Formats: sequence, C-alpha cells, structure tokens
Amino acid sequence: MSAPAIALTDQFKVAGKAFNSRLIIGTGKYRSYDEMKAAHRASGAEMVTVAVRRVPLDHSSESFLDHLDPALRILPNTAGCYNAEDAVRTARLAREALGTEWIKLEVIGDQATLFPDNAQTLDAARTLVKEGFVVLPYFTDDLIVAKKLLEAGCAAVMPLAAPIGSGLGVQNPTNLRIMREQLPDATIIVDAGVGTASDATIAMELGADAVLMNTAIAEAQDAAKMAEAMKLAIEAGRLAYLSGRMTKRLYASASSPSSGTIQR
Amino acid sequence: MGTSPKCAASFIQPNPSVQIQINGEPREFSHASLRLSELVEQLALAPQRIAVEVNRQIVRRAEWEEKQVRDGDHVEIVHFVGGGENQ
Repeated sequence: MSAPAIALTDQFKVAGKAFNSRLIIGTGKYRSYDEMKAAHRASGAEMVTVAVRRVPLDHSSESFLDHLDPALRILPNTAGCYNAEDAVRTARLAREALGTEWIKLEVIGDQATLFPDNAQTLDAARTLVKEGFVVLPYFTDDLIVAKKLLEAGCAAVMPLAAPIGSGLGVQNPTNLRIMREQLPDATIIVDAGVGTASDATIAMELGADAVLMNTAIAEAQDAAKMAEAMKLAIEAGRLAYLSGRMTKRLYASASSPSSGTIQR
Repeated sequence: MGTSPKCAASFIQPNPSVQIQINGEPREFSHASLRLSELVEQLALAPQRIAVEVNRQIVRRAEWEEKQVRDGDHVEIVHFVGGGENQ
C-alpha cells in the first residue's frame, strides 16, 4: 500500500491542522444513512461538511451528527444563505452548537445557478475572521477575489469548478492554473462541480490542494464505489502534479532511438 | 398589546400563558415566565449540538438555566443536517 508513504511526506494543511486525505465530502443527498457512512469510509476523507437548519418542533429528532463517524472532523457550512448577515449569523450558531471555529462560508447570489455572491462572501469573511473563525470561503474561480479573501485572513480559498451539483467538471482550468501560479502559498480547495473521478484528478493536476464534493458521490448509483474512485483520483492527480508533467507538443516525439533500425 | 384577546384573558387568569415565536412558529406556554432550559426540555430537544438564539442573540448553553424567555420573544433553535452545498 503506497498511501501511507504519500501521507507522511505530503500532508494537506489548513490553519495548522494536517490531513492525510485531500478529499473533503458533503453529507447531503444520500439515499440512506448507511449509504452515506459506507461512502465516507470508502472515500478516506477525514473532514465532512454539514448544514445548519432550524430543528423541527413537531417531533423530537435524533441528531444527524450521530450518523457520522466520530473520527471525522465536522466542517459546518452556511449553505442556504443569500447575504453576509445571514451567513455570519449561521456561522455563529454553528460555532456555538459544535464548538468549532471552522466554517465553510457560502453566500449564494442566485437560485438558478447557485453562483456565489463574491462581494457578500468577502464582507462575511472579514467579519468572521475578526471573530476568530477559520474561514473557508466558496467563491467564483477568480484570482482577484481569491487575493482579497486571503488578505481578509481566510485560511483557504475554495473556488468552484462548475455550478454546485452540476457534475460538469473543471470548466475553466486556466483560471485554476493561474490561481495556483499566482498564489503559490495559498491553500486552494476546489469546491463544487466535480462529476466523476477524472474531474477530481484534473483539479488536483492543476495544483489544487484538495477537492470538496458532495453530489458526485451521493448521486452515483454506487456511492461507496464512486467515493473510492474519488479517493484514488485525488491521489493520482496529486502525484501527477508533484511529479511535474511533461510539456505538451504539437507534433510527435519518438520514444525509441531513431538509429539502429533494421534496413530493408 | 392592550386590545389583544390574549391580554383580556390574562386579566382573568392569575397565571397567564406566554406566547413565544420558536423557529417562526407561535407557541403557547402555560407559565408566567419560562427559563430557556425549561423551554428546550419542554420541546423534547436533545440539548447536545443545538444552538439557540433569543431575539437574534446567541444564548450560550451555560446561560440557558438563567435566561428568562418572555412573552413575544423570538427564539431560533438550530441543529445540523446533511448537506454539502446549498440545499
């Protein structure tokens, strides 16, 4: 097994916390708790994200968190917020309920695309950083916004690959590549839009430090199998990135020596 | 408030009930006053890993015992659900 060797030398770090897995996964859309748990196990992920919602008052409800492996780090998110104020409020509630400073900040700008509202996200990030949160913001794959989020003190930046839940894969590899080159020290987590294993590999080959996904695993016909595929894809992409790929050429370049061929 | 039916009732009853908005729903409690810890208990909520706001202010768990919830207060109680991105 080569995984431990990679893990020891190439850990993924956010806000001083080291992870062996570069895959972060969601907890929504699974057909059953058992399926979710099997997928989580197969993915090797060490961190999962959960949403904050009003408790139902009509029946006493079990805690969703009881269905998660206690070894997993829980990253609450502000999914469903459409302005900075609601996102900050949600983050504070999450911190109170869970006792964690970590928050996946998500401020949505539009219901059809679920594209982030970068301005509101930046506002919320500034407030939350001041309050001591470890802020991981979801935003459009835009270098300038990434710079501003990092200047605001975010622990990482989480550009989208494609719209949330679309499964389209990395739509703008150039933007991610530029972001990596221009922000060599930043922690970049590609968040949203991955559809299958090769999409995750591409994100990692472009230099992402990690990938966060939910739907690609939860909506696969065999979620656990896809979770394992994603684990391998992330590892493959990371290794390829670290290995320094060959330069692309327009024309062929023979791998065998041109001399010594038999003559007719 | 002076003309509301609830107030008229309270004139008759020595122990008026309180109406509290919980997660946007009006709820009646048959106490003149209610502590937040009692409210959580009456709603049969598991107190672990929930968070509570009263009138948009988070009330820390350690303060639930002390915190009085009053007629007309707005209470938000949240927990965690499955979700990755916008649900």
